[in-house]
Amino acid sequence: MNELLPAIGIAAGFVTVIGLLCAIILVVADKFMAVKEDERVKKVRECLPGANCGACGFTGCDGYAKALIENPGTKTNLCIPGADAVAKQVAAIMGVDAEDVVEQVAYVHCQGDCQHTKKKHDYKGIQTCTAAKLFYGGDGSCTYGCMGYGDCAAVCPKDAICIENGIAHVDPRECIGCGLCAKTCPNHVIALIPDKIKTVVACSNQQKGAVARKNCTSACIGCMKCEKNCPVEAVKVVNFLAQIDYNKCVQCGKCAEVCPAGAIKIADFTGIHNLD
Amino acid sequence: MLKSLLIILMSSVLVNNYVLTKFLGICPFLGVSKKLDQAAGMGAAVTFVMVVSTAVTWPIQTYVLDKYNLGYLQTIVFILVIAALVQFVEIVLKRYVPALHKSLGVYLPLITTNCAVLGVAINNIKDGYGFAESLVSALGCGLGFLLAMVLFAGVRSRLDSKNTPKCFQGLPITLVAASIVAMSFMGFGGVVDKLFA
Repeated sequence: MNELLPAIGIAAGFVTVIGLLCAIILVVADKFMAVKEDERVKKVRECLPGANCGACGFTGCDGYAKALIENPGTKTNLCIPGADAVAKQVAAIMGVDAEDVVEQVAYVHCQGDCQHTKKKHDYKGIQTCTAAKLFYGGDGSCTYGCMGYGDCAAVCPKDAICIENGIAHVDPRECIGCGLCAKTCPNHVIALIPDKIKTVVACSNQQKGAVARKNCTSACIGCMKCEKNCPVEAVKVVNFLAQIDYNKCVQCGKCAEVCPAGAIKIADFTGIHNLD
Repeated sequence: MLKSLLIILMSSVLVNNYVLTKFLGICPFLGVSKKLDQAAGMGAAVTFVMVVSTAVTWPIQTYVLDKYNLGYLQTIVFILVIAALVQFVEIVLKRYVPALHKSLGVYLPLITTNCAVLGVAINNIKDGYGFAESLVSALGCGLGFLLAMVLFAGVRSRLDSKNTPKCFQGLPITLVAASIVAMSFMGFGGVVDKLFA
């Protein structure tokens, strides 16, 4: 035993010395070769939610924080998930006036579920919307609507989308408005809409009324009733599909009342992101 | 001299490929081979670290460990030195070569204690290589790693678009594919010696 002790001592001492040497070199290197980063980048980055969703148009929260500091013109209200609270913090750090964030929610402009539409063919390929779309424009009778293979649900960072009865549903309370689903959907059925509105067109079909009706019993048939009844001319029927201009819409809900197909719906997202 | 260096280089790239023949560094091989650009970045980072760490560990082994009969401390000292070295290199790159840091930066911390890097350092000593031979061998091993990564990234991109049976999806089919690629590399056995004979 006594012969072992010096050997253990030498080994332990040697490794300790090497470890210390390495530590000293690293500390010195870190001190002398530190890269000066603007402190505000770090501060801004801490305010941002860190979801890296890209809704701001930059590569992620890090990219947005960097852009804010390096390009002084960058707007401080681009973070949609973070909403007003983050915009205020960021503006405070940057020393500019805070601007309101227009909160948005994703909405599935389709209600062609299994009861309203039929299957054109029995699709057995790769179970994604993109793949299904390549095969004769999808397996649903309506080639404009939601195919229900859940590409949007797969990209959603908050798991806010579920596929139910053959179409996607967005939970507006969970939705952070990043728009990844809207970019992913091959039929462009999902779009971001301001969360302050009340009426939505729940259809994307641009076929003539009779054809659309044949393919989906809840499709917009382009009957123009909504357009005629709108008091402020916010609704226009283009390509046999009603479209609401939210800059004009006064949220009266008359279009939804007269719609014979039930394609315009009352959907109240008002202030859904401001509920504490 | 040059011929023997060339043989060492070629044999460590093809015959004794660290990933496909010695099965070291499987973690980054499976983890980062999904996309070609990432695989190439990782391979380049590993090559770089292998050469630099061999350049440091060989003198330590020869002039310190062997001299004082401390050969049994090889593993622990090498791990320590390589880990510190990679951190140091990262700091230096960040300061002086930001472009290189940007392309390799993400991968450098991942391979601080990668077994392929340690394996190269230890095997060079075990094979009794001199300093120049060790460096060439490390370079070859790194290039072999890069080659395996790039080849396998191609294989995996093909796999992604195939309709794999459900029980094989994900890692299982990846491992099967890796073993087939490894078998193809067995074909290089004995080729290199004949090439330069």
